[in-house]
Amino acid sequence: MIAVENLSKTYDSGTLSVSALREVSFQIEKGEFVAIMGPSGSGKSTLMNLLGCLDLPTTGSYRLEDVDIGGLKPNQLAEVRNQRIGFVFQSFNLLPRATALENTELPLLYGRVANSTDIAMQALERVGLKHRAQHKPTELSGGEKQRVAIARALVNKPAIILADEPTGNLDSVTGEEIMSLFHELNDEAVTLILVTHETEIAEQAKRIIQMKDGRIVNDQAVISC
Amino acid sequence: MLIFDLFKMALRSLISHKLRTFLTALGIIIGVASVISMVSIGEGARQQTLSTISKFGTNIITIKPGQQKSRHVTTGKVDTLMLSDADFIEKHVPLITGVAAQVYRSAQLKFGNKNSNSTVRGTGKNYVRLANFEMKRGRYFNQQEIIASKRVCVLGATVVKNLFEEANPLGKTIKVDGKNFMVIGTTEPKGALSWFDPDDQIFIPVTTAQKRVFGMDHIQSIDVQAEKIEDLELIKEDIAQVLRLRHNIADGKENDFYVQNSSQWLNSWGDASKTFTYLLGGIAAISLMVGGIGIMNIMLVSVTERTREIGIRKAIGAKKREILEQFLIESVVISFLGGSVGVLLGVGISEMVSNIGGWDTIVSTQSILLAFGFSVAIGVFFGFYPANKAANMNPIEALRYE
Ligand SMILES: Nc1ncnc2c1ncn2[C@@H]1O[C@H](COP(=O)(O)OP(=O)(O)OP(=O)(O)O)[C@@H](O)[C@H]1O
Ligand SMILES: [Mg+2]
Repeated sequence: MIAVENLSKTYDSGTLSVSALREVSFQIEKGEFVAIMGPSGSGKSTLMNLLGCLDLPTTGSYRLEDVDIGGLKPNQLAEVRNQRIGFVFQSFNLLPRATALENTELPLLYGRVANSTDIAMQALERVGLKHRAQHKPTELSGGEKQRVAIARALVNKPAIILADEPTGNLDSVTGEEIMSLFHELNDEAVTLILVTHETEIAEQAKRIIQMKDGRIVNDQAVISC
Repeated sequence: MLIFDLFKMALRSLISHKLRTFLTALGIIIGVASVISMVSIGEGARQQTLSTISKFGTNIITIKPGQQKSRHVTTGKVDTLMLSDADFIEKHVPLITGVAAQVYRSAQLKFGNKNSNSTVRGTGKNYVRLANFEMKRGRYFNQQEIIASKRVCVLGATVVKNLFEEANPLGKTIKVDGKNFMVIGTTEPKGALSWFDPDDQIFIPVTTAQKRVFGMDHIQSIDVQAEKIEDLELIKEDIAQVLRLRHNIADGKENDFYVQNSSQWLNSWGDASKTFTYLLGGIAAISLMVGGIGIMNIMLVSVTERTREIGIRKAIGAKKREILEQFLIESVVISFLGGSVGVLLGVGISEMVSNIGGWDTIVSTQSILLAFGFSVAIGVFFGFYPANKAANMNPIEALRYE
């Protein structure tokens, strides 16, 4: 489903250039649950942004469902983000003046999906927030905000959901709630990739990729005990 | 995304930032209102003066005795023009539709115990037509009365008001410098210019004025009406030729009369007052520019402030065009609302100026369209430009924006 080959990303800021990602290659199959770990600055977010089609690599190729992402135009990339990818951010990234329902509905509106309100409502129900549909982000707790963000990520029935430190801003109990939601999604064959610093969270995945200095240093399945 | 959803989103964003929306619109409101009201005041003043002046006739050539040295100074003998000159011109100069010889002087008018110091104008029968007077009551004097030097008079509106108030003056006898005259008609008011009230005069047969009131042989001016304005110059040449011949003026000698026409004066006045309107409009346009800069400021701040929102929208699949449309709709709605309020305010101000200030104002469709179109263009441009910048960012940069 995901095939990455020699992916590199170099940030050029004036005279200084930072190699955030150095020739990374791996594959991820449909229905996998992958955790990405590594020290700060090791290039995890950079990799996620590339996988999420939010940014383009400096060199290397990225195929998502047999489509070469590098050959797409900005509008086609927007379509891929809209149809095939759900993104969950550490800082939620909800529109502050829109309600939970409106935030969830937004990808459907950009995708010109009919019955968008009903579908968005179902997604909210799925994350257990139907009763909060008309609330704005400022009226929601951190865990609730992240659940709205997950509802928004899954509302378009994407092929993969990418989550960059989704529990990073939450306490451990709320983090567990979010994780059990991810487990449910994965049980329904949604492909999941999540970045985390916490070993307990990473060990809930089926596969852990370790990164350091822009390279993959370890990639192995989790043996559940 | 459907245009309807974009519209809904734009409206929500405008409503949730009421103060900012109002401030943005305020620039447009003030700009549009000032352009419209300023131009309406200038245009009103121009039109009023022009229409008052043109009541005196634009196709009239005036002949006066003496030499015109500069615009208003005449020198030389003042008794060179005769009634027979006027008759001769009427009979022999082509392309004209009327001639009116005149003598005039101010005199004491009296009716009962009421007095008025007004202009007494001795004229031929055509004067009323040439000078664009309308009869209100009765009639103007005819050729027989002129030949017989009858003591009849026609009163201007101001004189009627001063001597008779509301009463009907027809058939009454008034005293002009102590001599009895019968009122046979009155004229409709023309409206006063600031320096001259054409309604504060009475008209009597020119012969009566010469022999019985002023005691003079000559006349003071001859008005000649051209059939077409294009012929004015030709007629002026003919008149000059005829009069030089009649007055036995040798070649190389100066005329003992001068010929001018009112349309020259009208044109130069019209030009001057147009400049005045442009000046007012120009000052107002500067305020429109200042308003535009205000809009640009607020739009730039607004878009910059919402860079993160743009990043979120792009991350979940908004296309560049959809981001642009969203901001464009916001700018158009603001500009449109501001422009509409500005038009209403501008029209209101010019109404107020005309009602309270008593000035004539003319709101021209042109100035409305111009001000409205210009302000909407400013709003759209300055909304578009920063939105375009944001829409071109890559989503990660926009999301990372603090
Ligand atoms: N826009 C950018 N411009 C320049 N350098 C950048 C940019 N984004 C990231 N970097 C650099 O690239 C490297 C990798 O950054 P990245 O955000 O991918 O790290 P990370 O693994 O997500 O770290 P963390 O765990 O702290 O989130 C870092 O050295 C970072 O400074
Ligand atoms: Mg990171």
